[in-house]
Order: sequence, then structure tokens, then C-alpha cells
Amino acid sequence: MERRWSGARGPGLLLLLAGALLAQTPGTAAEPEPALWPLPLSVRMSPRLLRLAASDFSIVHGPSSTADPSCSLLEEAFRRYYDYIFGFHTRHHGFAKFQAGPQLQQLQVSITLESQCDSFPSLSSDESCLETFSQLVYEDSYGTVTINESNIVDSPRFAHRGILIDTSRHYLPLKHILKTLDAMAFNKFNVLHWHIVDDQSFPYQSVTFPQLSNKGSYSLSHVYTPNDVRKVIEHARLRGIRVMPEFDTPGHTLSWGKGQKGLLTPCYNQINKAQSMGPINPIVNTTYTFLTTFFKEISHVFPDQFIHLGGDEVDFSCWASNPNIQTYMEKRGFGEDFRKLEAMYIKRLLGIIASLNKSSIVWQEVFDDGVQLRPGTVVEVWKYNGYLQELTKVTRSGLLAILSAPWYLDWISYGQDWRKYYVVDPLKFSGSEQQKQFVIGGEACLWGEYVDATNLTPRLWPRASAVGERLWSPQNVTDINDAYNRLVIHRCRMVRRGIAAQPLFTGHCNYENKI
Amino acid sequence: MGCSCCRLVFSLLLAAALACRAAALWPWPQYIRTSHRRYTLYPNIFQFRYHAGSAAQAGCAVLDEAFQRYRKLLFGSGSWPRPSFPGKRFVLGKEMLVVSVATAECDEYPTLESAENYNLTINDDKCLLLSDTVWGALRGLETFSQLVWKSAEGTFFVNKTRIRDFPRFPHRGLLLDTSRHYLPLSSILDTLDVMAYNKFNVFHWHLVDDPSFPYESFTYPQLSRKGSYNPATHVYTAQDVKEIIEYARLRGIRVLAEFDTPGHTLSWGPGVPGLLTPCYSGSQPSGTFGPVNPSLNSTYEFMSTFFLEISAVFPDFYLHLGGDEVDFTCWRSNPGIQDFMKKKGFNDFKELESFYIHTLLDIVSAYDKGYVVWQEVFDNKVKVRPDTVIQVWRETVPVDYMKEMEKITQAGFRALLSAPWYLNHITYGPDWNDMYKVEPLAFDGTPEQEALVIGGEACMWGEYVDSTNLVPRLWPRAGAVAERLWSSNLTNNLGFAYERLSHFRCELLRRGVQAQPINVGYCEQEFEQT
Repeated sequence: MERRWSGARGPGLLLLLAGALLAQTPGTAAEPEPALWPLPLSVRMSPRLLRLAASDFSIVHGPSSTADPSCSLLEEAFRRYYDYIFGFHTRHHGFAKFQAGPQLQQLQVSITLESQCDSFPSLSSDESCLETFSQLVYEDSYGTVTINESNIVDSPRFAHRGILIDTSRHYLPLKHILKTLDAMAFNKFNVLHWHIVDDQSFPYQSVTFPQLSNKGSYSLSHVYTPNDVRKVIEHARLRGIRVMPEFDTPGHTLSWGKGQKGLLTPCYNQINKAQSMGPINPIVNTTYTFLTTFFKEISHVFPDQFIHLGGDEVDFSCWASNPNIQTYMEKRGFGEDFRKLEAMYIKRLLGIIASLNKSSIVWQEVFDDGVQLRPGTVVEVWKYNGYLQELTKVTRSGLLAILSAPWYLDWISYGQDWRKYYVVDPLKFSGSEQQKQFVIGGEACLWGEYVDATNLTPRLWPRASAVGERLWSPQNVTDINDAYNRLVIHRCRMVRRGIAAQPLFTGHCNYENKI
Repeated sequence: MGCSCCRLVFSLLLAAALACRAAALWPWPQYIRTSHRRYTLYPNIFQFRYHAGSAAQAGCAVLDEAFQRYRKLLFGSGSWPRPSFPGKRFVLGKEMLVVSVATAECDEYPTLESAENYNLTINDDKCLLLSDTVWGALRGLETFSQLVWKSAEGTFFVNKTRIRDFPRFPHRGLLLDTSRHYLPLSSILDTLDVMAYNKFNVFHWHLVDDPSFPYESFTYPQLSRKGSYNPATHVYTAQDVKEIIEYARLRGIRVLAEFDTPGHTLSWGPGVPGLLTPCYSGSQPSGTFGPVNPSLNSTYEFMSTFFLEISAVFPDFYLHLGGDEVDFTCWRSNPGIQDFMKKKGFNDFKELESFYIHTLLDIVSAYDKGYVVWQEVFDNKVKVRPDTVIQVWRETVPVDYMKEMEKITQAGFRALLSAPWYLNHITYGPDWNDMYKVEPLAFDGTPEQEALVIGGEACMWGEYVDSTNLVPRLWPRAGAVAERLWSSNLTNNLGFAYERLSHFRCELLRRGVQAQPINVGYCEQEFEQT
């Protein structure tokens, strides 16, 4: 199993540009320069400028490519990136007079591995270089679309580079999720961690258990239909992004209870049965029958290998109050240790997931509470205090780790907090080389308590971009001033591509956000 | 009292908020009585109409346009089927809101002194809005629009209600900064709309500052040509400015323009050579520039001409002249300034600053303008006219802002509070709570001193804000300040405010405003990107 992860840091892609070269004086270095984000593994850029004309430029399959025009994934990408490069310029300038000089007429894309045009990206997939190419292109002060002759070798440092969105605390309309996927691709993120349900609402429309969203969503229009989910998955696939759903249990499940009677634990107060409900009831068989059927559906709906099972912040007080659970604890010899009860629940759930041939990701509590995890299980480290020690512990026990503790983007503060995210090094913990290999990446998390469609985009971008570069670029890419200069340009590029990314600091973009 | 009146006494506020639609008002009126008795509004026939005895009649732009706006806000822009009442009217309905104002100021500008009080009576006999001025009528129309609600079946209702309302403070401002980041015209106009929904009445326009000079001056066109981010795209033309002023006027909002000097002026330099102080390192100019050069006559000639234009362009009686954060190091380094200091017998750069400000104030008052300045002008003991308005922005230095309010009013000056209301400072969670809890008169002072507090401003400085994040960062947070400045000091229950503000933010979404959530939950109509 493990070779798969290290394999992801393999040969990488080669992006080589050569134009129809004419013996002309190369343009003197104009003030505008391309700004790559995230920074590639290696960049060699010559001062020699090539110009691109919208009417005379195409992105095509290379002669040696294993992919051909039947590959819709690439065809779609070619069209998209052609538009990013020219679409916005032509709108402003019409047909600009083309200047003399060496011209770049074609970008050849060669894929060397077996074609995966119709499959889904996985943890071992290679990455597309079109984004990098589009970032190399810039407009000089005359409005000419220009690119430097360049040679770039690139591959990601970590295989799992995720963004978490939370559609339970606030519902996010489909459009905003798709927009987020666009922006993720601009930043070479490759995992959408979709925290789809939680205490507050259950917007996922289940085919097997339609009552879950009928009763558990905020309203009947605050749901994701099977078709919505398919659209998200396909939009993501076309951008090389995996969609990893999270169905967090046994805590964070209040909204499940409305549509699935008997699933949650009834909490008791001293005198009689109270109205309130607690975590999933782990002592009744019906719970596991339900989970088996439910996750069977999930494993079909979401093609990704991984399902996030949550397992965080289980409140034991409700379990403790319930006489049936007390009896059960006694019978099983768990004493007063509810972690044992939690462990039992999670263990059975992991078994269900494994039987569906899926892999599991869990929040760190599951590991902390001593649940026995199968090798290959991924532990997501989210607690800020002592997160480096936690990484040491998780990887020491041979489990894979994802880091998100320092990257909770919902925690806002005044000023340039992206710097804080940028200086994190996920491998700074003490551990062997092999342990470091077990860290497969990280995630920027935008929890939804105070975030909905009104503020999602400016709160996410470009702050998440800092995490994007940390997870993609080599470890030694740490010059924060250089990062600032590139990120300022990158955020303007996002704005121009229709992403309302907020400013890093005082200044302006040539093309401001259109309202 | 067996009727279903929503008696909104304090202990019942929360219960009332849940039980009664009218309780969703923001900001909360001074006096309100409302009941469950309700009247139907039919979108196809409902209209606003002038009372026969009203001083303003059809043709009054301020109200004519407001009637149109509020019809659209209430019922949307769709066309409604013709009325078809089967026989007699079997439900209690209202066909119109009758509006009557005592004085017509339809072509004038709102001022600091404008009355904004209104009475709204909706009962079996009447649906009547009474006010002294058109500005008060605007406030009443907004309240009326918040009273109307829609049943699950889609019927519009308004409850039997009596409201007597007036603002606690006459100056309720919102500051936008168009220098750190340029804000497109549409962002400013949209903000004015939402300000009106919140009953704000002053748009404090911090037009220019160190980073850029987007104001296109016709006397000194070089200022924006050289000082803006981009003279073709990142400027406000004379037409833009006019449009903003008129758009604001129609919503009863004053435009208070700020041209901050002598500090915060780096962007002025390229367009007006010689205006800024050249900084020296040793005996040589270092190439950098500092504040406006107060030692040259040419400076005052420039200011005189420039502010003549500004006084004409901005109709409001008040101009904001800034005067904050003057850095003395550059002045200190400049030999010309050192000579000037000697000649004038100044020992302290505060005296030099005072000299500059004093001269500037004389220039501006000669144009029949009043002025607002930041608190440093007071702190540095600049001699100012007694009718100067001092704006308090520093939270703890030199003294706690409440102490500063006390000192300013003690000295007999009018004061504006903004220190606790810097909306650009963001933190995790419901930070509107703290802004809401501020009591502007919580200082030791006589009633006369308290009367000198004319209001406050919520400030959205632009270092980290542009059109990408302005709206969600402003709303509904600025709403907390709006209510503090409009409503009674007794309207201070956080739970009651929370219920209403949650509701109000959904109403803002319904009106197309990208207002961010204040907690988990949902709105029937979520924000949809277009």
C-alpha cells in the first residue's frame, strides 16, 4: 500500500515551450511579470519573450501523447484555459494589433501514462500543467499577451491538498461549490473535503433514506439532490479534484435524528426522559443495520476511495445519562470509560467501510481515544495545541496523517494572517524519514458557523492559497516576501477569472472585481 | 387588555420577538405598539399616496422615488394580476399608505439639523405616515417596509401598529475608504441603499490618502492623473461624485467628504510638486516625502484654491479635514522647516501642526463651511473654532475613548464617536455584540456635555477591504452601530437584538444585499452569485 504515496512524488511533468522562433530583438523586460502560484519544483525562465495571439494559438495533444481528442477531460481543460488566457483580454481590447516578434502558436500537451480520461483522480494521480502554463502568460503594458520561454519541471510535494467546506452550519448553493472548485484548481488543490452534514442540518438527499433530508435539512430547498452531487463530482473530476465526503458520526449527528427514529441516544435528566438527543446510539443493532445500508449508498454515490467518518468531539454526558447504555456498559465491562464504547462503535463502523472496499479517514480523537485502526487509515490532525507531537504519534503508529490544525480559515483576525498559514511546515515534527512519508498532505478548513454564500469566497481566497503553496511547492520555498509579491498578482488573476478573492493589503488590480 | 397586543415591555421582549412579526424591526423604534390584528396588502393595488394636506405633493423627487423603491422592495418588480374582489371586501385590507409631511424640502439636502421624526399609524381607520420633513418620511417608509410580512401562502400582511419614532443622535455615519482600495461606483451606491435600510444618514467618504488619489479635481487634474492607481479606471469623475451625492440625498443621507491633511497625503505629491515636505537624510534630500509642507505660502495658496472647489462640489455644510497621525520626523529633518520654526518661535512640532491646521480652518471657514477633524487636532491643542466637531477614533491612547469624549465635551466641542466601531477590525465570532453594547454617553458629564455628542460613525478602513469583501464585512455588523445611534439607550437587550438582527440580515439577503450570517442557520432566500 505504502508505495502508492511515495510514488506520487515521482518524475513529475515537463513543460517545455518553444515557439516559431524568429530572429528578432527580444522584448526588453517589461514591468509586468508572470507570477506562479504555487511555485513549481523548478523553473528556468529565459528573458526571451514569445507573444500569443488569440487568433493564432491553440492547445493541442502532442504527437507522442497517449491521450487524444476523445479525452473529454483534456478537451474541456484546453477550452477553459484558452479562455482564461484570452477571454478576458479580448473583451477589453478587441483585436489588439499584433506586434512583431517571436510568436507562440501552439501548446502541446503530452500525457505519458495510460489515459485516465474517464476515471476519477485518486491519491496517486499526476497533476495537470495547464494551470501553470496559463499563469506564465501575462499581459505586457501594451496589452500584448506574452510568455517567457520557459522550462518547468513540476510535481506536488504532498498528494493530498484539500479544502474543507461545511454545508451543514450553512447551506451553500451549488453554484458556490462549483466556483470553489474552479478556484481550487487555480491553486492546485486536489481534494474537496465535503463536510456535508452535521448537527445543524442534513442537506444530503439520500436515496435510501429520503427522510434524512426531508426532515433534517433547513428547508426543502436547502438540499443537495443526487443530481447536484453528481454535478459537483463531475465538475471536480474535470479539474483533477477528488470529492471526499464526510459523514461525521457518532457525534455531530443531531440532524440525522429527525429523519431516522431511534438512531440517536435519548438523553435523560434526573427525573424523566428529556426531550434532547445525544450522539448515535451505539448499543442497538438497528444502528449498525442503518449504517451499513447508508454507507453502501455513500460508497456508490462518491467514487473516491476515501470516506471521511468524522469521529470528533463525542459528548459522553448523554450516553452517561441513559440507563440502557449504563446497563450495556456494565455488561461489557467498560466501567465508566465511555471511550471504550466510542471505540467499539468506531471499530464496527470501520469494519462496515472496509467491507465496502473503501478506505477511511477519521479526525484525530479516534486515534487519541485508542481505537484500533487498520493500517492505511488516515488520521486528520485538527487540534492546534500540540499538533506536531500528534503528527509524531500518529505516524509512529504507522498510520497516515493529514494536517489541518494550523489552517482553520474560519478563525479570522485582522491583517495578513495568510503569513501564519504560509510559514507552517507539516514535516517539522520529530520522526524518522519513514514517518514523514506518512504525512500525505493537509487541508485548509473553512467551517461554516459564520460562513455562507455571502462571505465564503473572499474568506477562502487568497488565504487558502497560502496553504495551497505549502502543500504543493518544495520544502525550501519559504521566502515570504517573494510569496507576497506573487500572491498579490495571483489574487488579481483570480479576481479576473471571476473569483472574488479579497486583497492581501492596500493596492489595486487592473481588473477589479465586477459586481 | 385581553387582546392579543404585543406589549413590548422589557421582560417580554424576547417572547414578543418570537410571537410578533412587527418585532423584527431594525433599528428598533423609540415607541411602538402593535397587535396581532392584521391587514392584507394587495400588491396589485397597493400604493403610496400623498395626503391632501401634505406640504410635499407629487413631483417631490425624494418621495416619488422612494415610493417606487419601496413598492419594489415590498412586492418585487413583477407584475401582479388585476384585482378581482368577489362582491364585498371580506378581509381587512389596506390599499395605500398615506404620507403627509409638514415642510417640503424636496430639492434640498439633508443637514445635521434635519428632523427625522415620524409617526406611523396603522389601524382600522388609517394607514398613515406623518412627519415634519421628507427625511422623516423616508425613515418611516423604511420602517413600514419592515413591518410588512408575507405568509406561507404568499399573502402580504401588515399588523395593526402605532409607532412614534425619532433618532437618538442626529449624526449616524458610515466611513468608506476609497484610497487604500478603489471602490467601484456601484459598490458605493449599493452601500448607500443598505445605509438607508439601517437609517444611517451620513456617508463619510474618506476619498484620498497616502496610497491613492482617486478624486478627479477640475482645478488640479494632475492630482488624480498622477496620484490615482490608474487615471482611466480607478478615479471618481465629477459625474460620479454628483451621482453619489444625489443618490445619497434621495435616501436622506449626507455626504461628508474627507480630504485629510497634513499627514496621509503622499498621493497628493506627484500631482502638486512642492506641496509635500522633502525629507532629508543629513544635509541631502533623501528622495522621500513627508506631510504637507506647512512652511510655504504656496501650500496655503494651493489649499485655498483646492478647497474652494471642494466646497462647491460637496453641498454638505461640513467638510472633514482629517488632521490625524501626523508624523513629525520628516518635518524635523528638513532645514527649511527648521528655519521656519525658528522664525515663528515654535519649540514643538505640535505648534507647527497647529499653525497649519489653524490656517487651513480659516481658509475653509471663509467658504462658509463647518468642519470635522480627527481627535489629534484637539489632543495637540490646536486652536479651533468653537463649532468644530471632533471625531474620536483612538481606543486607549492618549486616554480611554470615553475619557476623551468627556474631555472634548468638557471643552465645549461637539463630539463624534467611532473608536469602538472600527468594522475593519475583524475577529472570530459575533463581534457585533461588543459594538452593540457600547453606550456613547457612558462618560462623566453634565447633560450639556451629553448634548454635545452628536452621534458616531462605523468605520470601514480599506487596507484589507475592496469590492470583493466589502459588503459581507459591512453588513449586518454595521447594523449594530446603526441601532445604537438611532434607538433609545434602553434598547440594549442582546438577546432581543440577536433575534431581530438575524431576521434583518435575511431581509437584507432578500433585498439582494450580500450580508453575512451572525450564527448558524439559514434564510429562506440565500445569496446566489449571479
